[in-house]
Amino acid sequence: MRIVHYINQFFAGYGGEEKADLVPEKRDGAVGPGAALNAALGGTGEIVGTVICGDSYFNENLEIATPEVLSMIKSFSPDMVIVGPGFNAGRYGMACGMVAKVVDEELKIPVVGGLYEENPGLEIYKRHGYFVPTGNNAGTMRKAVPDMAAIVKKIIAGEAVTEGFFEKGLRVNYFAEKRGSTRAVEMLLAKIAGEDFTTEYPMPVFDRVAPGPAIKDMSKARIALVSSGGPVPKGNPDRIESSSASKFGKYSLADVTHFTPDNGETAHGGYDPVYANLSLDRVLPVDVVKEMVAAGQIGSLHQYWYSTVGNGTAVASSKAFATEIAQELLRDDVDCVILTST
Amino acid sequence: MRLEVGDIIIKDVQFGEATAVQDGVLYVNEKELAAVAANDDRIKSVEVFLARPGESVRILPVKDVIEPRVKVEGPGGIFPGFMTDVEQVGSGRTHVLKGAAVVTTGKIVGFQEGIIDMTGPGAEYTPFSQTQNVVIKVEPVDGILQHEHELVVRLAGFRAAVYLGEAGRDVKPDVITPYETKPILEQAAAYPGLPKVAYVYMLQTQGLLHNTYYYGVDVRQIVPTLMYPTEIMDGAIVSGNCVSACDKNPTYIHANNPVIMDLYAQHGKTINFLGCVITNENVTLQDKERSSNMTAKLVGFLGVDAVIISEEGFGNPDADLVMNCNKIEKQGIKTVLITDEYAGQDGGSQSLADSTPLGNAVVTAGNANMVLTMPPMDTVIGYPEVAHVIAGGWEGSLKPDGSIEAEIQVIIGATNELGYGKLSAKTV
Repeated sequence: MRIVHYINQFFAGYGGEEKADLVPEKRDGAVGPGAALNAALGGTGEIVGTVICGDSYFNENLEIATPEVLSMIKSFSPDMVIVGPGFNAGRYGMACGMVAKVVDEELKIPVVGGLYEENPGLEIYKRHGYFVPTGNNAGTMRKAVPDMAAIVKKIIAGEAVTEGFFEKGLRVNYFAEKRGSTRAVEMLLAKIAGEDFTTEYPMPVFDRVAPGPAIKDMSKARIALVSSGGPVPKGNPDRIESSSASKFGKYSLADVTHFTPDNGETAHGGYDPVYANLSLDRVLPVDVVKEMVAAGQIGSLHQYWYSTVGNGTAVASSKAFATEIAQELLRDDVDCVILTST
Repeated sequence: MRLEVGDIIIKDVQFGEATAVQDGVLYVNEKELAAVAANDDRIKSVEVFLARPGESVRILPVKDVIEPRVKVEGPGGIFPGFMTDVEQVGSGRTHVLKGAAVVTTGKIVGFQEGIIDMTGPGAEYTPFSQTQNVVIKVEPVDGILQHEHELVVRLAGFRAAVYLGEAGRDVKPDVITPYETKPILEQAAAYPGLPKVAYVYMLQTQGLLHNTYYYGVDVRQIVPTLMYPTEIMDGAIVSGNCVSACDKNPTYIHANNPVIMDLYAQHGKTINFLGCVITNENVTLQDKERSSNMTAKLVGFLGVDAVIISEEGFGNPDADLVMNCNKIEKQGIKTVLITDEYAGQDGGSQSLADSTPLGNAVVTAGNANMVLTMPPMDTVIGYPEVAHVIAGGWEGSLKPDGSIEAEIQVIIGATNELGYGKLSAKTV
């Protein structure tokens, strides 16, 4: 069985962040962790080629990088693709996930990968491959390799892969042994008896947050502006993605009294940006807040605004951004936040 | 209330000189049946077809499926409020032509009518590939409005089913099964050691071709009420809706409600089945709040330990399901929910429109968005081109070779939320 391996610049031996702009390249045979994977496969399959790309280049040039990488993978005529392991490296995980997606959708061959449970790439792309749980850093490679190889071997042997990977999160129909009503009565009997039972559909749990207590005197409160509507300084200096954001930005409000087409725009790809770009106050109401501060109705405005794009962004990513933002706001004695969306 | 149900097992259906049951074969006088079904000034024509299990036959668009039954002892008749007066039903004795079914078809009324394939992969998903089907193709007069069209076809199906049911009046049933639920205090005292259970039976009432009737009353107009389980076996509840084919309850399945049957199977053994609360799925928030409040109140009033709640339809009624679950669980009464899923064709989306952490015991009847290809059949009864427009199909669903590619949403009973079938779904 012919296997192609996708890795980033670091695992190819080029270097870390400083080499993250590496454009895609391909090499025959195994590179970096591919050697250990090959050994673990014990001759049942072989990595015939490796495709390498810098994490920054991949994530910031998705529309170019994805087809480039895919065509390099295709050139080896693979039967299977291995991505990573990407551990908890966010951009590497996103790249591994995106590669898994296009291989799954375009080549329709199996993908095996390895990611840490909190890697944002997992939540978004897990449906496209068998992603083995790994530790959160490359120090756990020695465990990840045999775990990934075990799944690869099962696929090569034509066995059903039923465990050892993160659930893909896809609902698949099957015919049960008993009709639904009988299953319901049996579940009810177990529930009444206090015995274990397994729901057939775990209902999604929405993360509902109880609102904080009301602030009685706004004239002493320090407020901050945070948005998932993508408001960024003109030119989007951090290149926040228009969809499925991998980061958030933090920008100074010191010199902004209101927005014009020259000092702000939205990075969000999920709505018509025309009116936001004419006046970003429509997404981030700096003008009104500053007027209210001047009039003494609001104590003060935190000097930075935080922004990301909610469009297509995984809940796991949003949670990670929010945790970091909230800690900074607490540290800076912010009392309350105006949170705007789109 | 005690009802004996006598099943007359039907193994085959044939056209014959007189409508009668002989040695497990239902013979149908085609002309007589057509005339009975067509007895309505608003009907232009009725044609009768037979479709048996395993035959290369496709029926679409199917509006309803009805089981032929006849009341042989006790008050009232089958389909009270429609075919008879509104006498209380559910006691005495009823004969059933078990294995036979009336299937209504004809020009499309709404977008949510379905397909029955008698063989092939589509047949696996519908219970009515296993019944001996007498298909009534009803065409109304020109210019009729949709809601009247629905009514006309619904009534024609009932007339046909009652006409065929009469053939079983004097036939000795192969199996007689008694079902009994006593008056509430007596029933509660009957099995003091067993947990008390009720059934919350949600009925599709979103309106505009999404209606269900109880003794002829549009259930949208009722507040939730108590029902003896045996009432359904005499056709007290009938379908009048064009909800997606996969998860609407045809009249046939109401009369054979599997939740009621399976609760009766445990009645007196592991549980004490006290009765049913029927409730609706109206579209306004106030109606939803009122009905779920009343449902929870009645369940509490009965003093049961646990309930099964079944949904009909999807999307908007998910909110009713969740309200019923929350309000009943909060009284300390345990719930099991039966629903189906709309998880997208790839199965990757959230399956329900509403959610509650108290809904920790759910039975699913499968993902209705799953795509299936159904090969061409030798005979199509009805109008194959509606495959392009019925819910679950799309422009191009009907292929030039006559095969149909569509979501299983188009198949009658595929994801029935009374749990009539074996389909389920799991996460991979």
